[in-house]
Amino acid sequence: MNVLSDAWGWLTTASNWHGSDGIPTRFLEHFEYSVEAVLIGALIAFPLGLLTGHTKRGGLVVTSLANIARALPTLGLVVLLVVVIGVKFRAVMIPLVALTVPPILLNTYEGVRNVDPRLTDAAQGMGLRPWQVLWRAEVPAAMPLILTGFQFAAVNAVANTAIAAYSSFGGLGRYIIDGLATTDYGMVAGGAILIVVAAILNLVFFAVLRRVLISPGLQSRERASA
Amino acid sequence: MNLFPHIPSYLGTYGSLIQQQLTMALSSVLFGLIVAVPLALLCVRYPRIYPPVVATLTVIYSLPSIALFVLLVPSTGLTQTTVIIPLAFYSLAALVPNIVDGVRGIPEDVRLAAVAMGYTGARRLVSVDLPLAVPPIMAGLRVATVGNISMVSVGTVIGVGAFGALFTAAAQLNRSDLAVTGIICIVALALICDLLLVITQRLLTPWNQRRSR
Repeated sequence: MNVLSDAWGWLTTASNWHGSDGIPTRFLEHFEYSVEAVLIGALIAFPLGLLTGHTKRGGLVVTSLANIARALPTLGLVVLLVVVIGVKFRAVMIPLVALTVPPILLNTYEGVRNVDPRLTDAAQGMGLRPWQVLWRAEVPAAMPLILTGFQFAAVNAVANTAIAAYSSFGGLGRYIIDGLATTDYGMVAGGAILIVVAAILNLVFFAVLRRVLISPGLQSRERASA
Repeated sequence: MNLFPHIPSYLGTYGSLIQQQLTMALSSVLFGLIVAVPLALLCVRYPRIYPPVVATLTVIYSLPSIALFVLLVPSTGLTQTTVIIPLAFYSLAALVPNIVDGVRGIPEDVRLAAVAMGYTGARRLVSVDLPLAVPPIMAGLRVATVGNISMVSVGTVIGVGAFGALFTAAAQLNRSDLAVTGIICIVALALICDLLLVITQRLLTPWNQRRSR
């Protein structure tokens, strides 16, 4: 059995590119689940990260939370929620958000907490109010780490959206589960390759985002240390 | 609800599931570590290769386990090896940056003192550099171990998921208790291993005791 030729055969079959279970639809579903999980995760974690980082309090809670979240098996959570509440959007979104919150929280906290105090002192000395210190000094200085947190969150979201297909949700994982169920290995491998493509597109997006959002003054340092 | 219900016998016993879960998770961490240490030391010695190595590891880390498992099946079959290989690469990705940071973070005066005391080459590496880099290395090991123990369960998609098999059974039999048991067992195993690593770190770095408390 040749994986690549099976996968290629499946990927180049025109009928697989149309309809409600076609590749573009599944790709879009995967994208939607992942983006929503990151956005909801950010709504919860980013303000908390700013608060804990700025006040330099709550570090132990933040790090323990991240550790426990890492131990949670997504597959188990999705299955449990589906058995309990049925195939509903919440059943997939709750586990996904549980995995996007910790990296954003942890990195925002670490980033803001470790901003050079001389920088915040200087910002205060120039007459910036506390809010302005946060937005104009701490957040830009912590941006490289904050973006790393968002990137980890997005990587988690893309990977675990693929797993959510196990409990009859959409997205690209569908092809792996359905292919395995019908022993259509071309579909399994094709789906796996599409998931790999989605994961790499995600990284490319964040590489671009780093260029755009990280202040020019930090870019050269970022490149030297990367 | 009974937290540890009788599990259907075709899934195995608690003992056999624990054994499978730990075998796959820990052997992959071990393989990752065996490759990570020399790779990280090379990166410390030749800083130019570090950026491409980190970029490669970032890409590997972002590849979803479920995709890697099914892509490996034709080569390694429906076996534990198929689960261990991707997890070993994830461990590698978690460990290398930590080891590099750890060894790079050793203060120059400590290194000079070691040289002045006559430590050279491999001996200095083993008895001075690596022990001082234990805390960041252990941080990487903890991330890799906890993550792997949880991720092994995805292997149930190809029939080798240890406690993941409970999730498959939960979905098929519509039994939430099996899913809850699986989650509790996996999280407990992960946290116990994490605790053991923290204790190991304390034992390996007695000089850090007072500072870390």
